[in-house]
Amino acid sequence: METEFTLNGHAEVVDAPDHELLIDTLRARMRLTGTKRSCDVEICGACTVLRDGQAISACTTLTADVDGADVVTVEGLADGDELHPVQQAFVDHSAAQCGFCTPGMVMSVVALCLEYPDADEERIKEYLSSTLCRCTGYVKIIEAAQQALEQM
Amino acid sequence: MSMSPFELHRPDDLLSAVRLLEKYGDDAVLHMGGTELLLLMKLGFAQPGHLIDGKRIADLKRLEVADDRLTIGAGVTHRRIERHRDIAHMMPALVSLEKAVANIRVRNAGTLGGNLCFAEPHSDPATLLAALDATVDLVGPQGGRTLPLREFLIGAFATALAPAEIMTRITVPLPRVGARVGYHRLALKERPTVAAAVVLDDRRCEVWIGALTAKPLPVPEAAAVLASSAGRDVTAAAEATRAAVLAVDAGEGDDYRAQLASVMVRRAVADAQPRLAL
Ligand SMILES: Cc1cc2nc3c(=O)[nH]c(=O)nc-3n(C[C@H](O)[C@H](O)[C@H](O)COP(=O)(O)OP(=O)(O)OC[C@H]3O[C@@H](n4cnc5c(N)ncnc54)[C@H](O)[C@@H]3O)c2cc1C
Ligand code: FES
Ligand code: FES
Repeated sequence: METEFTLNGHAEVVDAPDHELLIDTLRARMRLTGTKRSCDVEICGACTVLRDGQAISACTTLTADVDGADVVTVEGLADGDELHPVQQAFVDHSAAQCGFCTPGMVMSVVALCLEYPDADEERIKEYLSSTLCRCTGYVKIIEAAQQALEQM
Repeated sequence: MSMSPFELHRPDDLLSAVRLLEKYGDDAVLHMGGTELLLLMKLGFAQPGHLIDGKRIADLKRLEVADDRLTIGAGVTHRRIERHRDIAHMMPALVSLEKAVANIRVRNAGTLGGNLCFAEPHSDPATLLAALDATVDLVGPQGGRTLPLREFLIGAFATALAPAEIMTRITVPLPRVGARVGYHRLALKERPTVAAAVVLDDRRCEVWIGALTAKPLPVPEAAAVLASSAGRDVTAAAEATRAAVLAVDAGEGDDYRAQLASVMVRRAVADAQPRLAL
């Protein structure tokens, strides 16, 4: 089935089998490997992308289910060499260690900034609790989210 | 994990969806958010040849708030309920329940109808909606019918859905203004381990325990104690809950589960907030 969608601002048409998952379309077909597969069961958030501004798990979404939608992956955030404010905040606060969760964390914080620009710490924690990090202990990530919210 | 191939169909209306489900019979399954279905398929537990996507059916996405009831299309996502201002105002217990379901991504894709139709015993909304005596509308080849959710849920992963039947909406009758509604859960993993829902009204109290049994468990003894004490005799209600859980649980006979359930009832009563006017 053909799926027409916007990916990081560009119109795309993908002709994939009906059972193809979005994460495979992104990683294998489009070679956008920023979106990570980890748990594969909608728990960890390493595969987080935005569909029409909302965070979803690409690991458990059919590619066909983004037909007509606007999809943003971590590759779509930076403007050339200029990092997105959320990415810059992660750099400024050293909010990554091994980095495997980072694309998903960044996308979750982007979703937070879009949905709750005035988010308080409790709201930040609500979003970050949806995404698992086994390294950082979250404090730096919360600080990065706070900076991003102030700047956006 | 990868899935075996299937054909995806995208009907625009309910009748076409029912016809497709009828046509392909056991080889077809309704696909909404897919948050449960696709997981099952990735794990190889289900291999349907046809997925009937219900997300283009506008009827399933209606959400109406009235003075006396919420009417929630089966295709409404958890997230829409969670972020609905009027629901937050009238039924804060439902919104805080929804906020705790899974994670933001599952709530953005997963639907209330999908949660109830999958009938996972560890469902949050099933417990509160059973306590509120919600009804569900079903449409199938034989036409439409309405069932109390309490009857729709039969057991673990078992519902009253007939072949090719689709849940179209959930109607939640609201208790009168001023009545208090509470829900409290303990979740050791992703889903609730044990939960309690209470409705505290002069005329009618409800106490339901979720996640411990195959479907939500009513505890009328605890409800009666709360009704006769204007919601105050929480200790007796907790005791009645403990006894009720031990009685059904005889097989697994676990004091700890009964203790947790009684604590959930105490906390649900403590958390209960008044139902406000629209
Ligand atoms: C990681 C994770 C954590 C979770 N945590 C919680 C939690 O804490 N609390 C909780 O309550 N739930 C939890 N859930 C369950 C979640 O609420 C459900 O996955 C979701 O609501 C299912 O909706 P869906 O639209 O994705 O259903 P789908 O996966 O699309 O469908 C599920 C099943 O229901 C059938 N179905 C769906 N809609 C209808 C309909 N309208 N009529 C007839 N049949 C239908 C489908 O055919 C399928 O068999 C969790 C799920 C995951 C994956
Ligand atoms: S890989 Fe998708 S949520 Fe973990
Ligand atoms: S930085 Fe390693 S998992 Fe988060």
